[in-house]
Amino acid sequence: MNQDIYVVIEHLRGQMADISYVMLAAARALAQGTGGSVMAVLLGHNAQELAGDLAADRVLYVDDPALADFTSDAYLAALSALISENEPRAVLLGHTSIGMDVASGLSARLGLPLVSQCQSLSADGKFLSQICGGKIMAEGALPGPTALVTMAPGGYKPEEGQSAEPPEVAPTAAPTLEGLRVTLAQYIEPEAGDVDISKEPILISVGRGIQNEDHIELAEELAKALGGVVCSSRPVVDQGWLPTSRMVGKSGQVVKPKLYLAMGISGAPEHVEAITDSEMIIAVNTDPAAPIFDIAQYGAEVDMTDLLEVLTELVEEEKGG
Amino acid sequence: MNIVVAVKLVPDLVEELEIDDSGAALDMTWMRLIINEFDDHAIEQAILLKERGGGQLTVVVPDAEGADDVLYAAAAKGADRLIKLMGDFEEGVNNHALARVLATIVKELQPDLVLTGVQAHDDLDGSVGPLLAEHLGMPYVGYVAGVEMNDGVATARKEYPGGLIGEMEVTLPTVLGIQAADEPPRYVPISKIRQTMKTASIEEQDADELDPGGAPTVSRMFEPETCERATMIEGDEDEIAAKLVEVFQEAGIL
Ligand SMILES: Cc1cc2nc3c(=O)[nH]c(=O)nc-3n(C[C@H](O)[C@H](O)[C@H](O)COP(=O)(O)OP(=O)(O)OC[C@H]3O[C@@H](n4cnc5c(N)ncnc54)[C@H](O)[C@@H]3O)c2cc1C
Ligand SMILES: Nc1ncnc2c1ncn2[C@@H]1O[C@H](COP(=O)(O)O)[C@@H](O)[C@H]1O
Repeated sequence: MNQDIYVVIEHLRGQMADISYVMLAAARALAQGTGGSVMAVLLGHNAQELAGDLAADRVLYVDDPALADFTSDAYLAALSALISENEPRAVLLGHTSIGMDVASGLSARLGLPLVSQCQSLSADGKFLSQICGGKIMAEGALPGPTALVTMAPGGYKPEEGQSAEPPEVAPTAAPTLEGLRVTLAQYIEPEAGDVDISKEPILISVGRGIQNEDHIELAEELAKALGGVVCSSRPVVDQGWLPTSRMVGKSGQVVKPKLYLAMGISGAPEHVEAITDSEMIIAVNTDPAAPIFDIAQYGAEVDMTDLLEVLTELVEEEKGG
Repeated sequence: MNIVVAVKLVPDLVEELEIDDSGAALDMTWMRLIINEFDDHAIEQAILLKERGGGQLTVVVPDAEGADDVLYAAAAKGADRLIKLMGDFEEGVNNHALARVLATIVKELQPDLVLTGVQAHDDLDGSVGPLLAEHLGMPYVGYVAGVEMNDGVATARKEYPGGLIGEMEVTLPTVLGIQAADEPPRYVPISKIRQTMKTASIEEQDADELDPGGAPTVSRMFEPETCERATMIEGDEDEIAAKLVEVFQEAGIL
């Protein structure tokens, strides 16, 4: 066992994911306490150039055709071999579509403890996680001997995990990756929507608080009056009330409008991570304890359906007069 | 085809959450539990697969307040077997323990396909799906929005950020973590659920002893302290609308 912190680098189709840098920053904070090194674990095929700006002491690079694209089975096999052989103090993975597919599996396969939804790690070996849709924080000592951690964004800026100096890259052997049960058949590009919400300056965003499909029309009217477009949180899209191209969040689009008017949205971490670059967030919600109020500049505790009509009328009046 | 859906009950976030006297756990005494949102999608996905290709659907829920409601609702939608896992879950149970006891029950059902919700909002120690998969020796794919079955292979649409889909082919048996079903979960009227209650039966199965190993120990739980909170606009909807228009004008939006 050693005191190193491993970071499982996330990348997809030649593109580095920001969470990789966030994890490197968290690993650095933790390594300051353990005295170990920050080791980036890069799994891929012909992907060595991705290592270039990682703020790691060393990059353990595993090259294998079976790792050309992410699949849970191949990652699980490669990582479990690497971890059991080296026994680092902690292994950080993204709390993402990639990291979450393997973290729990590693925990069960290797009999190692797992901390999920982690926001930050400290030099004194503590984790801080955000659970219950952002309503509760949980703190504790990082379990041993090797803690597996899934890191959510928000605790560190990606820049903190980037380096101008390319790190040392150490080619590392993987176990034979055979008999894999999961294969990637193809990628399917997102359907192009009628609008690209990531570029729109005025967004009227509606959440489950809108209650039924008929109310979408009310939001459309306000958007029209303000010269903006309607977008939403996940449940609204999952109900089929708006197309996927209008979904904001972890699995949808990242937005950075001048105005983000969040109505009937609680402010779950998966939603909030995609709106923090908005110039102004205004939240309307009937629950005064909704976490969305913690990141909004203005808030109102009112029924959104009552407000929508009045607000649309008033905006139209202002523009007319 | 034999499909099993494992369901978890979680605190309803619309209610106020309280921290107990230990300061390190949620107070479960008055907590309202509801079905984990993504489990509802897992049930829907299972029903859709059954409707398309036939098969038997079993739903497993750990015993807690609201478990019967969830099971009867699933039966009203088309689930064939309802299993309630009996054990001391009222105080809350971590996912490592849950996955271990579930594995024993699920293994006996010899499923071709096990569906779970991709995650629950209270998963501090990882998600049940991939833990269960490992205990069953099955592969796992999560963040799945849509599943198709063809000759012993499941094709799962895995979601990546920005709306990108990775179509994964997975050999059976497998566990999939469902983010969204092909179609929105159907609604069953309470009258139909009531009717189902008269005919459907819930099988109670005892859980093995709970082994919570693998979960971290929490030393403190608290509500997030925020340095800056939104400036709250007071009044009725007319007053709020008037103030918002002012804010829009100041920001140069209007
Ligand atoms: C892996 C994963 C990926 C995810 N990806 C995304 C994503 O990309 N985008 C996303 O948004 N979510 C995502 N989620 C879901 C996320 O966790 C939340 O469940 C979701 O954001 C909640 O949406 P919401 O705020 O609309 O609904 P809720 O959390 O149910 O909140 C509804 C809010 O409306 C308020 N309300 C109710 N009635 C009214 C009314 N009449 N007037 C005003 N307010 C009212 C309530 O007080 C509540 O705060 C993801 C989850 C997982 C597990
Ligand atoms: N569409 C549904 N999906 C899942 N569970 C449901 C659904 N509708 C009702 N239920 C269950 O039935 C109970 C009664 O709900 P309701 O029909 O809204 O009164 C709820 O607590 C749920 O557990």
